[in-house]
Amino acid sequence: MNDVLDVALRLLVVFAVFLVLPLVIGQTEHKVMAHMQGRLGPMYAGGFHGWAQLVADGVKFAQKEDVVPANADRRVFQLAPAIALLPYLLVLVAIPVGPGEGAVGEVVDAGIFFVLAVMGVGVLGSLMAGWASANKFSLLGGLRTAAQLLAYELPMLLAAASVAMAAGTVSLPGIVDAFEWWWLPWQITGALVFFVAGLAELQRPPFDMPVADSEIIFGAYTEYTGLRFALFLLAEYAGIVVLCGLTTVLFLGGWHGPFGAEGLGWVWTLLKTAVLAFVVIWLRVSYPRLREDQLQKLAWTTLVPLALAQIALTGVVKVVIQ
Amino acid sequence: MTLAAGHGFLSPTGVEIAFLLVGIVTLGAAVITVTTKQLVHAALWLVVALGGLAVEYLLLTAEFIAWVQVLIYVGSVVVLLLFGLMLTRAPIGRSPDADSGNRPAALAVAVAAAAALIWVVIDAFRATWIDLDGPAQGSTKVSGAILFRHWVLPFEALSVLLLAALVGAIVLSRRDREREGGN
Repeated sequence: MNDVLDVALRLLVVFAVFLVLPLVIGQTEHKVMAHMQGRLGPMYAGGFHGWAQLVADGVKFAQKEDVVPANADRRVFQLAPAIALLPYLLVLVAIPVGPGEGAVGEVVDAGIFFVLAVMGVGVLGSLMAGWASANKFSLLGGLRTAAQLLAYELPMLLAAASVAMAAGTVSLPGIVDAFEWWWLPWQITGALVFFVAGLAELQRPPFDMPVADSEIIFGAYTEYTGLRFALFLLAEYAGIVVLCGLTTVLFLGGWHGPFGAEGLGWVWTLLKTAVLAFVVIWLRVSYPRLREDQLQKLAWTTLVPLALAQIALTGVVKVVIQ
Repeated sequence: MTLAAGHGFLSPTGVEIAFLLVGIVTLGAAVITVTTKQLVHAALWLVVALGGLAVEYLLLTAEFIAWVQVLIYVGSVVVLLLFGLMLTRAPIGRSPDADSGNRPAALAVAVAAAAALIWVVIDAFRATWIDLDGPAQGSTKVSGAILFRHWVLPFEALSVLLLAALVGAIVLSRRDREREGGN
């Protein structure tokens, strides 16, 4: 009985994190973007600096009519938002925030493969939405999503493989346990490749070609309204949480910090994740959107060779220090 | 793995029942994949079938193989398939012209392949059970050790095959462009 209670409690905490952190990042995006652009952002909802803006948005979305286009493939259209969102919830279960068994939803033996595999499934949601909408803009968005995933999955995997080689394990807590401070300069190329490829997989600016509003309205999500549309947006922000958390765990040492490693490790994890999330928002404000051909070129001619070079470097250093 | 001593077919454990149920779902999804008249639905049912296979691997304690199955097949192969479908022709609704006269031949090949695989698997394992209480027998560490100690040669042969396919793809896609440039 105790085991069941333990598992239920862990899943409940992960679920709460899954519901809260994306909203926190969404609100931060509102405010950070506003201040970077010389505005104030939401100020009224909830009273103090518009903290309840996203709650109000959620209520608004829930009230809107849920429209399915007449020519759409009904079932696939309605299923797509769930397929886009759920994988990120599953990934969160495997991300460790602190040392020991108590600070991770569930220890997965091949954690690195688990998270990358499940994250890749999320893109199926966008593809299904793009195809099932019976809308040419949606179809174009779906096509671009697929092309982008195919291009950026490889460098992401290679960069993650480099860390797994360095740590000698594919379990996420194992990798953080093995972390030393000098891994930071050693794996910096891999970290950059991983982060950039992750941004592309989430379709965040400057890699938001699949939803480029000035060309194809809103890509695969053009026909969505109400709660289903909100679920797609939530998937994007949950994706930011997952990507920043993963980059923290794989490359930035997770709960290791200059001080306070005992007991306060989870604060370090959250802090690093938050800083990375800030960078994600910052990039959205400061970089123009990449064109489709630039996007493909960046992946195949820059990121893949860099990731391969990182793997070679990791291998050489690993052999030398043994 | 242990021999069937102490195990019987008439008192299945929970894992065995789950294995059977997932197997039935996987088989059903696979049958729908090849019989549905809607092209994209076939690709999506393929996701269910491949995902079901991953669950079967998990139940056989082969965790690493299961995640790689999801990563490669669901995450990449199906996405490539959908990409190809959307790029060429993927109408919503039925595609009555998608069937060709090759159906009987395809069925014969499928039955032959299934028979060969079932025969090989039954002959290799007969009635062996995985010991679920001991250390995991399909963990990443065990898989890696077996792959790179006992099966290095097939592994390298496969690598060369894949490399050849990769080089071939590049050659095929480059030749056309040069010809166009030459004209």
